[in-house]
Amino acid sequence: MHLDALLLSRLQFAFTIAFHIIFPSFTIGLASFLAVLEGLWLATKNEAFKILYLFWIKIFAISFGMGVVTGVVMSYEIGTNWSVFSAAAAPVIGPLLAFEVLTAFFLEASFLGVMLFGWKKVGPRLHFTATALVAFGTAVSAFWIISANSWMQHPAGYVRLASGALRAVDWLAVIFSPTFPVRLLHMVLAAYLTTALVVGAASAWRLLKDPDEGESGLALKMAIGMFAIVAPLQLLAGDMSGKLALRYQPAKLAAIEAFWETRSGQAFHIVAWPDRDTASNRWEVSIPRLGSLITAGDANAEIKGLKAFAPQDRPPVFLVFWAFRVMVGLGVAMIGLGLWGGFRVWRGGLAGDRWFLRATVAMGPAGFVAVVAGWVVAEVGRQPWVIYGLLRTTDAVSPVTRGEVSVSLLAFMTIYAVIFGVGVLYILRLMGEGPLAPVAALGTVRPPGYALGAAPGDPPTGSGTRS
Amino acid sequence: MSLDLPLIWAAILAIAVLLYVMLDGFDLGIGILFPFAGSPSERDVMMSTVAPVWDGNETWLVLGGGGLFAAFPFAYAALMPALYAPIILMLLALILRGVAFEFRLRGRARGKRFWTIAFAAGSIIATLAQGLVLGGFIQGVTLKDGHFAGDPLDWLSPYSMLVAVGLVAGYALIGAAWLIWRTEGELHARARRWAWIALAAVTVLLAAVSFATLLVHPEVGARWGWTGDGFDLAQLARLSPIPLLGAAGLGVAALGLRRHAHGWPFFGAIIMFLSGYLGLAAGFFPYVVPYALTFREAANADNALGLMLVGVVILLPAIIGYSIWVYWIFRGKVGADAGYH
Ligand code: HDD
Ligand code: HEM
Ligand code: HEM
Repeated sequence: MHLDALLLSRLQFAFTIAFHIIFPSFTIGLASFLAVLEGLWLATKNEAFKILYLFWIKIFAISFGMGVVTGVVMSYEIGTNWSVFSAAAAPVIGPLLAFEVLTAFFLEASFLGVMLFGWKKVGPRLHFTATALVAFGTAVSAFWIISANSWMQHPAGYVRLASGALRAVDWLAVIFSPTFPVRLLHMVLAAYLTTALVVGAASAWRLLKDPDEGESGLALKMAIGMFAIVAPLQLLAGDMSGKLALRYQPAKLAAIEAFWETRSGQAFHIVAWPDRDTASNRWEVSIPRLGSLITAGDANAEIKGLKAFAPQDRPPVFLVFWAFRVMVGLGVAMIGLGLWGGFRVWRGGLAGDRWFLRATVAMGPAGFVAVVAGWVVAEVGRQPWVIYGLLRTTDAVSPVTRGEVSVSLLAFMTIYAVIFGVGVLYILRLMGEGPLAPVAALGTVRPPGYALGAAPGDPPTGSGTRS
Repeated sequence: MSLDLPLIWAAILAIAVLLYVMLDGFDLGIGILFPFAGSPSERDVMMSTVAPVWDGNETWLVLGGGGLFAAFPFAYAALMPALYAPIILMLLALILRGVAFEFRLRGRARGKRFWTIAFAAGSIIATLAQGLVLGGFIQGVTLKDGHFAGDPLDWLSPYSMLVAVGLVAGYALIGAAWLIWRTEGELHARARRWAWIALAAVTVLLAAVSFATLLVHPEVGARWGWTGDGFDLAQLARLSPIPLLGAAGLGVAALGLRRHAHGWPFFGAIIMFLSGYLGLAAGFFPYVVPYALTFREAANADNALGLMLVGVVILLPAIIGYSIWVYWIFRGKVGADAGYH
C-alpha cells in the first residue's frame, strides 16, 4: 500500500517536472534572444530586428505562461508528495528556494507585464530594460534551483545533529556545492541550444516556403551562430559533468556507462543491454579501454563498477544508460548541424540549401529531448537517494494514499495533455505564418503596446486610457 | 540584540498571504464574474484590466508556499499532505485559467469559446479549492509526531464548504469593485450591480462563517468570549475592533456604491478582507496548524531564518516598489473599445 503511493508519487513528480522543464529550457534562451533583438533594433534602427522581436514575443508569451503555471505546481508538490523530504531538507535548501522567489520570480512576473503590454506606456529604453530584466530573472531562477538540486546531488556545508536533523554550517558551501558550477553551465547552455534550434527550425521552415524572406534569413543566421558555438561548448561542459559524477557519484557514472565490474582500462559500450537481474550486460558493442579514457582521462584508470555497490544502492541502469546515449547522440548531431550551417554561412547560399533547411527543421525539437534525457540521467542516476547519501527516496514520501495520488496523477496527465496540445498548436500556427504576417495584414508593424497577443488584423487594444 | 526570528517570519508570511488574497483575489474575481458579462467584448475588457498584472499577483502565492516551506517547514510538511486533494485541485484550476490569458487570444471561434469557459471555470474552482483549503485548515488537522495522521477527506465538511462559498462571494466582490474602478460605460454600470449583490452575499456569509467558526472550534470560541450559550462581553469587547473594522469596510463599500464613487468600493472591500483575516489571526495565533503546532515549533533553524531575513529586508522593499510601479504604468480606465478580437 505504502509502496504504491510511493511509486505513484515518483511517477507524478517525474511527469510534472519533466513537463515543466520543457518551458524553462525554451524561455531562458528566448528571453535572452528577445533582449538581443530589441537591443540590436535600438542600436541599429534596422526594422528587421523589430519585426523579429514582435514575432518571437508572441511565442514567448505562450511558452512563458505555460512555464509559470506548471512551475507553481512544483513548488506545492514538494509538500503534497514529499513532505518528509521537505521537513528534512528545508533547514539547508529552504533559503535557496526562498531566494529564488524573491530574486527571480517576482522580477520575471512583474516586468513580463511591462514587456508584453507596455510598449506605448514606457519609452523604448525602459521597455528594453524590462525585456533585459525578464531575461536576467530567468537566469537567476536557474541559478537557485540548480543550486538546490546540486546540493541534493552532493550535499556539502552541513552537519547532522544528534536528532538526525540537518543544519547548514557554511552557506557558501551549500550554495556552491562541488557539482553546481558545471551543472549550471550545462543547463544554461542547454537552454540556449534548445532555443537556437527552435528559432533555426522556424526560420528554416519559412525559408523553405519563401527563400527571399529576409527576416527569416537573418534569424536563421543568428540561430546558426548560436548553436555552432554553443554545441561544442556543451560537449566540454558535459564531459566535465561526467568527471564530477565519477568523483562524487561513482554509482551514477557506472550506470551511465553500464560498468558492472571494477577494473582498470574499462571498455566503452557504444550500445548495450544492461540487465539488473543478472548484474551484467546481455550484449554490448564496445571499444576496449575507451571507457576509462573518456571518463577519467586515462585509458588505464581503474573505474568502479556497479557490483562495488550493494544491490539496494544501485540506480536503475537501463534507463540511465540509454537516456545518456540519447542526450549525447543529439549533442553530437547538433555539433554536426552547427558545422554544416557555419560552412553554409561562410560559403553563401544558405537559403538555397534545401537539405540543410530540412535538417534544421528536423532538429527543432532535439533540444527538448536532450534536456529531458539529461535530467533523467541526473535524477534517476542518483537513485535510490533523494538527498545523496542522506535520505532515501523511499523514506521521503508523504503520508498520502494510493487513491489520492492515482487520481491526481490522472488529472495532471489529462490537463497537461490538453494544454500541451493546444499550446503547441498555437505556437506552430504562429511559426507557420511567419514574422511578416502581421505586417502584411496591417501594412504597418503593430507596436507591442497593444496586447502582445493580439492576432493580425485585430482592432487595437489598450490596457489603459492613454494608449 | 537578538531578534525573535520565528515571530518576524510569522509576520512576513502573514503579510504575504494577505497580499496574495487581496491581489489574486480581484483577478480571480474577474474570472468568477466572467459568465455574467454582457458580451464577448466586455469579457475582453475585463481580461485586459488584469492581463498585465495577474502573474505578479500569483507570485505571492508562490511566496506563500515557498515561504512556508522555507520558514515553517514542519507546518508545510504537516499541512500539504492533509490538504492534498484541495491543493491539487487548486493547482489544476490555476493552470487552466492561467494559460487562458494567452490561449484565449490565439484561439479561433471554437478555441476562444473553450478558453473563455476554462478561464471562468478555472477561476471559480480555484477559489472554491482555496476556500476548502482554508476551511480544512481552520478545522484543524490530525497530527501524530508532527506528521499528518488523519483521513484523506478530513478537510471536507459542511463548514469548509461554507467557507468556500464565502470566498467565492468575497473574490467576486473585490473583482467587481476593481472593475468599477478600472472601467467605464456599460461594463462599469454592470459591475456596480454585481458589487451590490456580492456585498450582500459577503456580509451574510462572513457573519455565518464567523459564527460557524466559534461553534466548530471551542478554543476559538473561548477567545472570542463564546461560552456555549452566550458571550462573555468583557472578553468579546477586547477583540471587538476587528468586527468593527469589518463593519466600517462594509459601510465604506456600500456608501461608495450609493454615491457612485469609483475607488471607494474597492477600498471598502479590501478593509472587509483585512478584518476577516485579522479575525482568523486573533483566533489562532500563535498556531500555524490550528491548536496542534505553534509557529515556534514549526519554525526552521535560526540560521536559515536569519539568512532569509537579510534577503527579505533588501529585496522585499524593491519588489513592492517595482510592483507598485507596474500598477502605476497601467493605471487609468481601460477603454470600452479595448477588444482583443
Ligand atoms: C533550469 C531552470 C529551471 C528548473 C530546473 C526549474 N524551474 Fe521553475 N521556472 C524556471 C526555471 C526552472 C523559469 C525560467 O524561471 C520559469 C520557467 C518559465 C517561466 O515562465 O519561468 C519557471 C517558473 C516557475 C514558477 C512560476 C514562477 C512565477 O510565478 O512567475 C515556479 C513556482 C517554479 N518555476 C518552481 C520550480 C520548482 C519548485 C522546480 C523544481 C522542483 C523548478 N521550478 C524547476
Ligand atoms: C527540471 C528538471 C528536472 C527533471 C526533468 C527531473 C526529473 C526527475 C525524475 C525523472 C525523477 C524520478 C527518479 C526516479 O524516481 O527514478 C526525479 C526525482 C526527484 N527530483 Fe528531479 N528533476 C528535475 C529537477 C529537480 C529539481 C530542481 C529538484 C529539487 C530542487 C528535484 C527534486 C527531485 C526529487 C525530490 C525527486 C524524488 C522523487 C522521485 O524519485 O520521483 N528535481 N526527478
Ligand atoms: C554532447 C555531449 C554531452 C555530454 C558528454 C553530456 C554529459 C552529461 C552528464 C554526465 C550529465 C549528468 C550530470 C550529473 O548528473 O551530475 C548530464 C546532464 C544533463 N545534460 Fe548533458 N551532456 C551532453 C550534451 C547535452 C545536450 C546537447 C543537452 C541539451 C541540449 C544536455 C542537457 C543536459 C541536462 C539538462 C542535464 C541535467 C542537468 C545536469 O545534471 O547538469 N546535455 N549531461
